[in-house]
Formats: sequence, C-alpha cells, structure tokens
Amino acid sequence: MFRTLWAPLALTPLLWLTLTLAAFAFGQAVQRLCRRSPLANPVLIAILVMVAILKCTNTSYAEYFAGAQFIHFLLGPATVALAVPLALNLNHIRRSLHGLGLALLAGSLTSTISGVAVVWAMGGGRDIALSMAPKSVTTPIAMSLAQEVGGVPALTAALAIAGGIIAAVIGQKVLHWFRVDDWRSQGLAAGVAGSGVAAAQIAPLSGLAAAFAAIGIGLNGLVTAFIVPLLALLLPLK
Amino acid sequence: MPFALTVLIGAQLAGEVLRRLLHLPLPGPVIGMFILAIALVTRAQSWVTPTESGPSALDKTATTLISNMGLLFVPAGVGIIAELSILQREWLPIVTGLLVSTVLGLVVTGVVMHRITRRANLGAVPSIGDSSEEGVR
Repeated sequence: MFRTLWAPLALTPLLWLTLTLAAFAFGQAVQRLCRRSPLANPVLIAILVMVAILKCTNTSYAEYFAGAQFIHFLLGPATVALAVPLALNLNHIRRSLHGLGLALLAGSLTSTISGVAVVWAMGGGRDIALSMAPKSVTTPIAMSLAQEVGGVPALTAALAIAGGIIAAVIGQKVLHWFRVDDWRSQGLAAGVAGSGVAAAQIAPLSGLAAAFAAIGIGLNGLVTAFIVPLLALLLPLK
Repeated sequence: MPFALTVLIGAQLAGEVLRRLLHLPLPGPVIGMFILAIALVTRAQSWVTPTESGPSALDKTATTLISNMGLLFVPAGVGIIAELSILQREWLPIVTGLLVSTVLGLVVTGVVMHRITRRANLGAVPSIGDSSEEGVR
C-alpha cells in the first residue's frame, strides 16, 4: 500500500524535471553574473543546456516531456495570474484605451504580415510561412492557430518562444532607440511582439508594464486569431 | 497560498469550460485571465486589497508565478529539438522572418502606443502606482 502511494514519479521523469529546474537556475545565475543584462536570457540558456543534454544522452523529446510537463502545466495558472496586475492597474489601462486599441491592431498586423512576407520573399515554404504567421501570440494560441491554417504547430511553438526571446533580449534597447521610454508602451510592445517570454523579462521591473503586457498578450491573441486565417486565404499556393 | 491557487486554477477551469461551451478560438487560461480580471475589479476586489502585513495572498502568489514565468516556457522551448531538420533546411527565411517580424511588431506597437498616450497625457503624466486620479479621465 505504502509503495503504490509513494511512487508518483518514476526515476527518469523526476530526473528531467530536476535538470530543467537546475538549467533555469543556472541561466538565472549567469544573468546575475552579467549584471542582469537581458542578453543573458535565462530561458534561452536553459533551453540550450537542455537541448545539449538531450542530444548527448540521445533522449527523445517525449521522454523528456514526461518529466518536464509538470513545469509546463504551471503556464496555465501563470497566464491566469496576469489578471492580478491587470486589475490593480485598471485605471491606467482605462485612461489609455484609445492608444491601446490602435497600437495593438497596428502591432498585430505588422508582425503577422511581415513574418509571412519575409519567409515568402526568401523562398520559404508555405508551411513555414503559415507557421510564422501566428508566432507573436502566446504559445498555446499560436499552436492552435497554426494547426488551423496548415502550419506546423511544433515549429510555431519554437518560433513563438524564439521570437519572445528576441523581444526579451533586444526589446528594451530597440525601444529606447525610438525614444519609447514609458512602462505602458514597453509593456504592451513586449506583450504583443514577444508574448509571455518577453513579458517575463519586463514584468518584474514594473507592475504597470506587467499589466500592459498582460493586456497585450490577451488581446493580441484575439486579434491574431482573426488575422491569421484571412492571411492564409490570401497566401497563394506554391 | 491554497486560496490563491484555488482562485487561479479555478479561473483556468472556468475558462476551459467556457471555451468548450462557446467554441471560442482562445485557450482556456487566456479566457480564465479575463474572467479573473473582471471578477477582481467588480465583486472580488477584496482579494487584491493589501492587508496590514503587505500584499494580499493572491497578489503574492501571482507575483511569484509571473516573476518566474520564464522557467515555465523551457519545456515547450526544448521542443525545438524535434524540428531541427526543418530548421536546417530552411534556416535563412526562418531566422530572417523571425527577426524582422519581431522587431517590427515591437517597434510599431511601442511607438504607436507611446505617441498616442503622450499626446493624451500631455501635462498630466501619471506616475507608476498612482491610483488617486480615478475621476480625472
């Protein structure tokens, strides 16, 4: 009886769970050593470390995910948790509703259309272009959209996270070049262009940025869900 | 902590149920986020009002989850390992498209938002954390 109750995790899933946590803690330590530079992104470091380990030990992704899914599960409650900064900053959001709507629409259209256009112009396949289209939205929305229009969901997930890492790493620097120096615009831009990964970079810095990032993630998902199927219809078959 | 987790996962569950019932194109957690946000600004304001000993339990749990959100993307990100062959074959359009569209999306969103809010708030720039101007709008 004791044995059946006390064996919820077999040895290998527990190992991959531990290694994923350790890889991320390592990434955070590296970022601290680099004086919290966004260039030393802990998500990127942890992914590179884990990919290297899986490659070296010849482990399949399915086997890895059997352990890592326990971390993956927390994405749901963490996404819901964005409601808290959203609610606490409602006054700021109400006050800039007009700008919020326009910026969101402009940003969504730009990132979906430019992604598809660049892949298309450079001779990438239709499936790649369609996997690129929804990559700005939060990973679960992006994957279901890719599935719907004929992209490759797994590739979209990778692109969504890679795009988020790019936005997290260079986002604040690029926005500074364009003199975008308020938390609201930085938060919204991070949420719209880099979804959760970029939001994770900026949210701890300011509650206001976290609130606008949350709005960006949520509403961008909504807007993109309408744009991507239209774009797929317009994209000629090669 | 148990209360906060119940609220967060309960909102996710509600979002998931709503998604199935209404066939919404959004994932459950995102719908759950909107449900909880609406609850927190209407009936359940007390869940996020700070207590004498600092932020509320829900606020604390949410802050912990959000500030460690990066970790939660690692398992999905490692999924790239299964797509390495596509990446090898078409890396140039993929990498260029990714860079161009991310940077353009970031800049366009940031600049449009910044221009409009600055014009709207000229002379009355609210400071971070300021909630005393409720009636000013």
